[in-house]
Amino acid sequence: MSDVTDTSTPERPAQLPAQSPPVDPAETAAAEQRGAGRLSWWRGEGGEGARRNLWLIGVLVALIVIGVITRPDLYGDSSWVWSNILVILKLASVVGVVTVGMTFVIIGGGIDLSVGAIVALAGVWATTVATQSYGAGGMIFCALAVGLGVGLVNGVLISYGRLVPFIATLAMLVAARGLAAELSDKQTQVSENTTINGIASTNLLGIPLLVYILAAVVLAGWVLLNRTTFGRRTVAVGGNPEAARLAGIDVKRHTVLLYALSGLCCGIAAIMLTAQATSAQAAMANLYELDAIAAAIIGGTLLSGGRGTIIGSLLGVIIFSTITNLFAINGLTTEAQNMVKGGIIVAAVLVQQVQFRSLTQFLGRNRLTTN
Amino acid sequence: MTEREASPTGGSAEGGSMDAPLLEAPADAVAGEVVLRLTDVVKTFPGVRALDGVQLEVRAGEVHCLLGQNGAGKSTLIKVLSGVHRPDTGQVEWRGEPVSFANPQAAMRAGIATIYQELDLVEDLSVSENAFLGHEPRRLGFVRRGHMARRTRQILGRLGHAEIPPNRMVRALPAAGKQVVSMARALSHEARLIIMDEPSAVLAHDEVGNLFRIIRELTAQGIAVIYISHRLEEIREIGDRVTVLKDGRTTAANLPARDTPTRDLVNRMTGRTIEYVFPERPADATPADADLLEVEGLTRAGEFTDVSLRVRPGEVVGIAGLVGSGRSELLETIYGARRPEAGTVRMAGRVLRPGSVGAAVRAGMGMAPEERKSQALLLGEPVYRNVTLATFARYARAGFTDTGRERAEADRIAESLELRPRDVRRPVRTLSGGNQQKVVVGRWLLGDTKLLLLDEPTRGVDVGARAELYQVIRALAERGVGVLLVSSEVPEVLGLADRVLVMREGRVVREAPAGELDENTVLDLVMAGSLMEGAAA
Repeated sequence: MSDVTDTSTPERPAQLPAQSPPVDPAETAAAEQRGAGRLSWWRGEGGEGARRNLWLIGVLVALIVIGVITRPDLYGDSSWVWSNILVILKLASVVGVVTVGMTFVIIGGGIDLSVGAIVALAGVWATTVATQSYGAGGMIFCALAVGLGVGLVNGVLISYGRLVPFIATLAMLVAARGLAAELSDKQTQVSENTTINGIASTNLLGIPLLVYILAAVVLAGWVLLNRTTFGRRTVAVGGNPEAARLAGIDVKRHTVLLYALSGLCCGIAAIMLTAQATSAQAAMANLYELDAIAAAIIGGTLLSGGRGTIIGSLLGVIIFSTITNLFAINGLTTEAQNMVKGGIIVAAVLVQQVQFRSLTQFLGRNRLTTN
Repeated sequence: MTEREASPTGGSAEGGSMDAPLLEAPADAVAGEVVLRLTDVVKTFPGVRALDGVQLEVRAGEVHCLLGQNGAGKSTLIKVLSGVHRPDTGQVEWRGEPVSFANPQAAMRAGIATIYQELDLVEDLSVSENAFLGHEPRRLGFVRRGHMARRTRQILGRLGHAEIPPNRMVRALPAAGKQVVSMARALSHEARLIIMDEPSAVLAHDEVGNLFRIIRELTAQGIAVIYISHRLEEIREIGDRVTVLKDGRTTAANLPARDTPTRDLVNRMTGRTIEYVFPERPADATPADADLLEVEGLTRAGEFTDVSLRVRPGEVVGIAGLVGSGRSELLETIYGARRPEAGTVRMAGRVLRPGSVGAAVRAGMGMAPEERKSQALLLGEPVYRNVTLATFARYARAGFTDTGRERAEADRIAESLELRPRDVRRPVRTLSGGNQQKVVVGRWLLGDTKLLLLDEPTRGVDVGARAELYQVIRALAERGVGVLLVSSEVPEVLGLADRVLVMREGRVVREAPAGELDENTVLDLVMAGSLMEGAAA
């Protein structure tokens, strides 16, 4: 792991501070040598992702400004502002964990509609009387194993059964919710385990444990995507499956692993959600799939695969929970909230398309000059 | 042979006599009137001069054949005529007026219809809906279905296929029937020129006769046909005049299709204006004793049959064959990307698991596939990640990628291949075709590749980069890497390979050292069944 910092030097720095055009002299010189100095400012995938993420931060700032304008009384109180940030992050934590898994699946060229159902199934399974008798460890293990197992089934159906991801996971959505209802006998299962329930109420250094879990999953996801062979395969498999296959990458096996990863994230989310509600039921995590997909898309993940960032997805989730929070502090209905969310999704995709189009035009011009 | 042998005007006198047997000339089409004239048409793409001075003259009611090797510019020419591309310079005259079609619809409206090899029909619409797709007869916004069906029936009748019901789903029709629907669509636009791109390629042998009957019906009505085919026997049977293209130029215009000697036609298609610079073969070709690759009786139904071949370390083996001869499929099967129905592939004596690319790569195979963009590259990813696509896992430690090392290795490859631009962090998308191909080949210079499979390595690659790629391939061979090369450009196979296999219709029809073959012999073999018989005549 010691090499992580030094290998990152030339490429990753371009990702984070890319808001200003690069001033790296070597880079500019190399580009100028080609007579294409203009290309350098967006060079590298990292820079491209960072520019998109910057746009998302702009949206976030705008939302906060709206908050300040509509409720100056609350925003005048700094302790309220801090606790409100924690409320937003806590709100984002469960969907955030699911979205990390979803981001991998989408970058890998698939889609997972069954995440909400997996969360429900894992939550219900972990809170059955039998499972609860094994204590907190048994419950956590059960939720993770169920998530992983269902994800594996998804992956195998898609890879080896050659089902379209949309169909396979849609079927799983229905089936997993059905199984969850069967297991729970359509009842709400109360979690008697204080350790599990404590996950949602514990604060460390004034920050909820749930937020730490989200941070850990996001960090792990970021490292996995950007620093490991797994991440590299994910981009290759999603970007051009045929090229990946002909380069010797086992596309089918990797696809299975992607859905298993998504399932595992759902297992983690199930524990978090169960802890928050101190119970589980078959209808929990309703429509999480839509929240997670929307957040990933807003975050710049290409639905056709091959491109996306974990940070972008995280910002997408935080934007959504900020909107929810904004409506809550202004006492507005969830109906209005949903309409605004829909608008944001459309706006985000439109903005990205415009960016992409200008980019292609730009590249087209450049290509003519290089030859 | 490097300059044009006949200008369109010079050649038309002899060609004029060869006009179609006109049964009855409709009032609006004067028989033999020139409908299309191209003068010095030039079209360039980045790095490639696809058309470099094309002359073409097509008369009403004739079947004008276009002949030329792959890459001669036929496809580009069709696209210029059908409004997909616009020429850089030169003039296109359509029915006496200079024209420039903004898009395919404009060409269609002007009366030029194109029937592509891949028929562009909507399978789940009916025959009449396909025929009138995009210009359905309407009244008050409603499609006049009865009227449309009647007109379709009328058109099908004109084509001699009144038996095809206009309301039949196109999916239910055989390939020949679909082709008739494509032609019906052309006629629904009142086309005066129909361009057919290898129409016989999708047809069974006995269906070709029917196609010719239809073409004769069309020309009898004064419609001009541009007919493209590799099969000379067809050109002799249906064609009136022939224009030969080579390297984007017209090398012969308006030759009589029936009695121009085959030798003349082949000569005008071959003989390079572009100099191919091939690296020297090492004088002492010391064939290693052991075979590196042994392919035994490999078969996939409908693609290739009972193919056996060997590649020794340090040997370049070339496969010559047309598109559809099974050569690309063979390469992909050897590589494990397709599963053979019979036969074995051995690398260094060990049988490879069939249908497993991973096993082939682990055994030391690498492949540069035919379609660079769709099969080999992650276009949005930087060059170095494309170069290390097959090897990044080797540089990784405990699953963590080592991008610094990857970039260094890719830099080394970029340096040795003279990649331009050199910067390996640029997205591959921004590179020219030749440099993209270097990235694909460069991928297999990393790791310990023992056998490199190259499928059309120089397609869409400009002349300079070609020469560089040839050097790279030769240098690899000298290092002991075996190379199996597929190309439809015969000079390339002959110039680069030590040993040549000629494939036709899924079988190896000849195997010989490259020195024992010449371009005309190989072309004859590749197109045999047409050229050979033509030569005998």
